[in-house]
Amino acid sequence: MANILENVGERTIEHLDYVGSLNIQWWATVRAMAQALPFVGNRYRWKAAVRQMLEIGVDAIPMVSLMAVCTGFIFAMQGASELRRFGALRYVVDLVAVGFTRELGPLMTAIAVSGRSGSAFAAEIGTMKVTEELDSLRVMALEPLEFVLAPKYLATLISVPCLSVISNLCGILAGGLFMFFSIHLTPALYLRYVFEAIALRDVVMGMVKSVVFGTIIAQVGCLEGFRVHGGPDSVGRSTTSAVVKSTFLVIIADAIFTTLFYLTAKP
Amino acid sequence: MTPIISVRDLVVEYDGREVLNGLNLEIEHGETMVLLGGSGCGKSTLLRHIIGLEKPKSGSVFVKGVDIVRCSKSELKKIRRSIGVAFQSAALFNSLNIEDNVALPLREHTRLAPSIIELVVWMKLAAVGLADRGKLLPSELSGGMKKRAAVARAIALGPEILVLDEPSAGLDPIVAAELDELILLLKHTFHMTVIVVTHELPSAFLIADRIAMLYQGSFSSIGTKDQLKASQNPHVRQFLDRVPEDIVRTPVTEHFAKYLNASEGYQ
Repeated sequence: MANILENVGERTIEHLDYVGSLNIQWWATVRAMAQALPFVGNRYRWKAAVRQMLEIGVDAIPMVSLMAVCTGFIFAMQGASELRRFGALRYVVDLVAVGFTRELGPLMTAIAVSGRSGSAFAAEIGTMKVTEELDSLRVMALEPLEFVLAPKYLATLISVPCLSVISNLCGILAGGLFMFFSIHLTPALYLRYVFEAIALRDVVMGMVKSVVFGTIIAQVGCLEGFRVHGGPDSVGRSTTSAVVKSTFLVIIADAIFTTLFYLTAKP
Repeated sequence: MTPIISVRDLVVEYDGREVLNGLNLEIEHGETMVLLGGSGCGKSTLLRHIIGLEKPKSGSVFVKGVDIVRCSKSELKKIRRSIGVAFQSAALFNSLNIEDNVALPLREHTRLAPSIIELVVWMKLAAVGLADRGKLLPSELSGGMKKRAAVARAIALGPEILVLDEPSAGLDPIVAAELDELILLLKHTFHMTVIVVTHELPSAFLIADRIAMLYQGSFSSIGTKDQLKASQNPHVRQFLDRVPEDIVRTPVTEHFAKYLNASEGYQ
């Protein structure tokens, strides 16, 4: 019994230590981010941030779009199969529009970015640590956090919400196609129903979630990279760990946000 | 005259194991100090403390009169700008070409125009004999070229102190001799204080003004080349005369020795 309690306590302290490290790193990155901004910051850091935006955002558009289109179809078909029994097929539009804007768009984007970029951050920084590149930055009086993390974080903060918007649009478009082919609902009418279904609050909620998810992905990916010890095998482990931990934390954060929005919503 | 670097009572421990046992060392302006010793004796650890990459258990490291163990981050950054470091693995940024590697500290720490930076980079690369290789990536260079490129990056800001960790390790004798010549040339051209960590005797005797010999975390000798050659310290003599350590006697080695003896008897 004592052993079980000991283990539980040890694991709890480990997890708290991890979350604490994430928060400290996040705050240090926020303070360093001014250097990565255009016009007021260092031009080379801004260039690095733009390069990261292309990698995290632009390169992920095909994947995120395809995922959203497929999920949009699935969502619409599953919803339709149940709703048509009650003669409420028109509410498939609400289901797809609200579901994507509030939930599926940001969540699926976060999972895709976590797999693509979170792992890449961990691998890149981990390799830099193993090959002494981080040490060589430090001895050049450059903080790895400012030089490596800040541009990545800024790029993620901009890219993930943009990708979420694209994902929402693709999901809603897929729902529209399904409605057109199943009940011949015209695109104009579909759009009208969509705008009737979505409230500004839903869009804001989705965007807030995207920003938080982006923060989790960038911070976890980079922290895993900075925590690499030893050789290349450790880099591999950190890459896996970055994806697993960031996906897990994204889902936890999603649950917390959804609960908060649900509890504060007017009936 | 105050020494440019002064190490006082430096104690370093890793996991409760003492690696450096209260070292004292003073390095004068403009001298070339070679830290000599066998593998695992603590040379690189001492070097990492001199450049402020690690914190000791106790003791101080003064660089240009500032205790870098206890100084603020901004003071440490200021001191680091006057130190150029070339790591054993070269630690060049693999995603940047050689020119960009050398230009990095100039872009980050100076307000020079891009054309001037280009010129300075060319001069530094020319000083190490790589003027025509600037556009290549580190992966396209040989081991010796990588080390020279690392030296070019280390001298980019015109540091007062140049630190080289195992510059000739893993290189053939001709390339190693070229690097020794380069170190002498740089010292005479730029009047730098040079600290070199090595276990290569010919290299140490060629470039050093003074040699500090480490054995199991303590100095066995600090002095000029002639003083070291004349030293009667058993550890110094063992190293200079290349006497191997006694092989630890274990049941396996005993059995192997018996087998060898029996084979010789049979012959």
